[in-house]
Amino acid sequence: MPITRKEVEEIALLARLALSEAEIDLYTRQLGDILGYIEKLRSLDTEGVEATTHAVPMDCTLREDELGERLPVEDALRAAPRRAENFFEVPRIIAAHDEE
Amino acid sequence: MNLCERSASELSALIARRQVSAREVTRAHLDRIATLDRELGCYLLVDQAGALARAEQIDGLIARGLDPGPLAGVPVALKDIFVTRGIETTCASRILKGWRPPYEGTPSHRLREAGAVLLGKLNMDEFAMGSSNENSGFGPVRNPWNRAYVPGGSSGGSAAAVAAGLCAAALGTDTGGSIRQPAALCGVVGLKPTYGRVSRYGVVAFASSLDQVGPLCRTVEDAALLLEVIAGPDPRDATSIAEPVPRYRDALGQGVAGLRLGIPKEYFVAGIEAEVEQAVRAAIRKLESLGARAVEVSLPHTEYGIAAYYILATAEASSNLARYDGVRFGHRAERPVDLLDMYCRTRAEGFGPEVKRRIMLGTYVLRAGYYEAYYGKAQKVRTLIRRDFARAFEQCDLIVTPTSPVAGFALGERTEDPLAMYLADVFTIACNLAGLPGLSLPCGMHGRLPIGLQLIGRPLDEATLFRAAGAYQAATDWHTRRPALG
Amino acid sequence: MGEARYQAVIGLECHVQLQTRSKIFSGSSAAFGAPPNTEIDPVCLGLPGVLPVLNRRAVELALRLALATGCQIRTRSRFARKHYFYPDLPKGFQISQYEEPLAERGAVEFRFGDEHKRIRLTRIHLEEDAGKNLHAPGGAGVSLVDFNRAGVPLAEVVSEPDLRSAAEAGEYLRALRQLVRYLGISDGNMEEGSLRCDANVSLRPLGAHQYGTKAELKNMNSFKFVEEAIDFEIERQQRLLERGGRVVQETRLWDSEKKVSHAMRSKEEAHDYRYFPEPDLPPLVVSDQWVSRLRRELPELPLARRARFARAHGLPDYDAGVLTAERELADYFEAALGSGAPPKKVANWIMTELLAHPDGTQRVAPEALGELVGLIEQGTLSGKMAKDVFAKMFASGQTARAIVEREGLTQVSDAAALEAACRAAVDKNPKQAQQYRAGKTQLLGFFVGQVMKATQGKANPALVNEILKRMLA
Repeated sequence: MPITRKEVEEIALLARLALSEAEIDLYTRQLGDILGYIEKLRSLDTEGVEATTHAVPMDCTLREDELGERLPVEDALRAAPRRAENFFEVPRIIAAHDEE
Repeated sequence: MNLCERSASELSALIARRQVSAREVTRAHLDRIATLDRELGCYLLVDQAGALARAEQIDGLIARGLDPGPLAGVPVALKDIFVTRGIETTCASRILKGWRPPYEGTPSHRLREAGAVLLGKLNMDEFAMGSSNENSGFGPVRNPWNRAYVPGGSSGGSAAAVAAGLCAAALGTDTGGSIRQPAALCGVVGLKPTYGRVSRYGVVAFASSLDQVGPLCRTVEDAALLLEVIAGPDPRDATSIAEPVPRYRDALGQGVAGLRLGIPKEYFVAGIEAEVEQAVRAAIRKLESLGARAVEVSLPHTEYGIAAYYILATAEASSNLARYDGVRFGHRAERPVDLLDMYCRTRAEGFGPEVKRRIMLGTYVLRAGYYEAYYGKAQKVRTLIRRDFARAFEQCDLIVTPTSPVAGFALGERTEDPLAMYLADVFTIACNLAGLPGLSLPCGMHGRLPIGLQLIGRPLDEATLFRAAGAYQAATDWHTRRPALG
Repeated sequence: MGEARYQAVIGLECHVQLQTRSKIFSGSSAAFGAPPNTEIDPVCLGLPGVLPVLNRRAVELALRLALATGCQIRTRSRFARKHYFYPDLPKGFQISQYEEPLAERGAVEFRFGDEHKRIRLTRIHLEEDAGKNLHAPGGAGVSLVDFNRAGVPLAEVVSEPDLRSAAEAGEYLRALRQLVRYLGISDGNMEEGSLRCDANVSLRPLGAHQYGTKAELKNMNSFKFVEEAIDFEIERQQRLLERGGRVVQETRLWDSEKKVSHAMRSKEEAHDYRYFPEPDLPPLVVSDQWVSRLRRELPELPLARRARFARAHGLPDYDAGVLTAERELADYFEAALGSGAPPKKVANWIMTELLAHPDGTQRVAPEALGELVGLIEQGTLSGKMAKDVFAKMFASGQTARAIVEREGLTQVSDAAALEAACRAAVDKNPKQAQQYRAGKTQLLGFFVGQVMKATQGKANPALVNEILKRMLA
């Protein structure tokens, strides 16, 4: 079993997914299968092989420091699940974690 | 001839010559959608008013002698992964239900600038994760050739809509075969261009280093025409390639005399349906009869492609999907007890099972201490696969394979076993890992289901794919077959 | 006593907001202080489908800092994604540089008392800022998010653990602020957050080589708070160690009102950032030509300028330090010297008169100040007159010469006229003259004052002194 139920729970928290007990069971099994399949890469010798981050070699194009189109505050907030005046509103952030 | 069976190239010519109005063409498609799509499930949204208004605008331009562009009045539709200003964009996910974007993406903008009429947004696997379109948050799409069968995925709605004549052409995205595989299963032409050839700005990201935009059409010529319109550098996408865009349609009539077709031995092995293999081998013989030469090539790391792909794609997906947090747009869980609860329930309610599965896998492989064993390793395998292709292309000008190992599968047949579903991408994934262009076109039938032929080219050599596909299409009639509908 | 038994080991991680017009990856304004959520765009808001495109100017500004601190610049550097969920972080990840940063292995140098300090830098890299979370008034159980700051370019400057005291850390930070202001890449304002600082603090027994367990200090938005928080932390750890306790690795937040720090709860900081290379940004290539051009364009740096001022203008080191604290002031000083006035005199005027006013350099042009000092040198103005003239220059913006001419303020140095004025003063005050002659020589000032009064302050004081001494002899 390459992945434990406890690991699945830890990952779910990292990924911010509330999973039911049944989902935890299901994903423990399915992720186990997939990770088991992925194990086949271990047998492949990649010593000294460089990593490909971009399949087509390219350099970073840069933009000039110019002002572009700005999103009107109403357009930005229209989609917000909750707003308060011109802010996006979220459940209170624990004070000890805050910058302000 | 029914307006809904004409190709995009034919329609734009008819409209530009005022033999038919853009409004009539649009109306015909809207009517057909109204009649047929309740059963097929291709469209998530039909913008009837917007489409008719745009069609009338195009007719107006033509009446005044102005050039409305190469896609004048052509009715197109977009996979719902393309961001369209003011038009709901959901990625077939409940987490984005109701989101009306405040901006327009580059590919859709370029289509509209070329005179196309946007009919609506097409169904897909949620966030493009799937090979059957069964992972849509808003219901499956049925294959127009056999409604008990899947249309393929993730651009299943796009392929089915083009096959069923519910639009003249569509755009899809392809991360591991998501254009080519549904094109094969629905009997249409689908192209995944070279990575970076088409801008990804305004295309909802699944796996950023693999995603690429491309057309699904009923003819090779249409695919070339659409690529000419959407390809090219974009200052909003740092990974878009600066190379100028050639006139791809010029390649269509060039014939295949002297072209070397690479036949990778690793692609003709156990697991491939006999009818599929026979059809593909027949297609190779057809191309040889037209002057091409087949050579056997080897892509030795093929068997590692799927494992590498599912590490890279899920890792990037887990990252790209972190923004769906219920803060700025989309779904938010009711009455959260605190911030953590808001995040966890919002995402659990908004994402479907396959998306969650991939986020979990991607999060797992990126954890501290695991990077080298998984993501780092997969990137190295990616290098080996790129080298395989570079070596093969020393002996051939393009590579010919089946698009999918099977002609199709029934709805529900594979939903219980995600790994089996992933393994079905075996022939399409390498193109994405290596960034190469790949085209699928119809090359036969297995009973009522079409079979797809895949052509893979060198980086930025889409022209050679069009050249071979054009010659094959001119010599065969597979592309003229239409499913029996309505 | 613990004082002697432990040595503090401190490293700073500073974030410098770079003064670009637009954000690091998109076109909305990077300006500070706009109304909430008015300086945003789809990219910095992390909407589905957007892509980052790197701002050339942000790279240049970070490169200037890297060159000024003697860093090695990477020809190819890379961006990575750093993942965590927080309401002010739009994409659920921050685009930063991780394994292959823009620049490495430099140093920040500064004077610390009589010592010359060289604090090594591990790296300088580019990243994007996050938005801001605010608490809703009235404790409504909600927080509010403003994304104006999201995507403002930051240069993160990471020092080696080379600092040994809070005061030294404070000086390092001031030197960094001075440097970024000299380079014109940031205003370095800690209160507004354009310069931010986290500190890693650990203790080790004197003479030990191994580092102790460190605590990370956050939330210190002034130089004073940084020093207070580090002092508090050193003392806290020292007491802990002396009692036989152990320091735990944790993040502590400084409470500037209560002057204490408290640990963040461990669950909140259970981060796993899951870094991987940013696929939307190909490697950043910095060519040799680009670096050479930026190197040529670098201004003279603070320490070099301070040394040159002392050497070339014969200034005391203290004066040179004050005059080179800000690039603008140093430029002012050099512009004031253009008139040919003696440097030390100009320096005195700047340090005593001009800097007494926060906007002194704006109100009085450097050429005008130089001219004023010149007029004193020529004997046209007495020191006292010059101070009055300076006050008028400050108020009106007029030049010294214009004021002198308009008000007829030329100093009287005519010997005959001064002789008469002195004679009159002595004659009018026979009693004091007698006392002076009897030995009460401090009365000379009284006579000088009488002459000044009679001449409305225009008499040349040196000459008056000389004449009176002779007359009263």
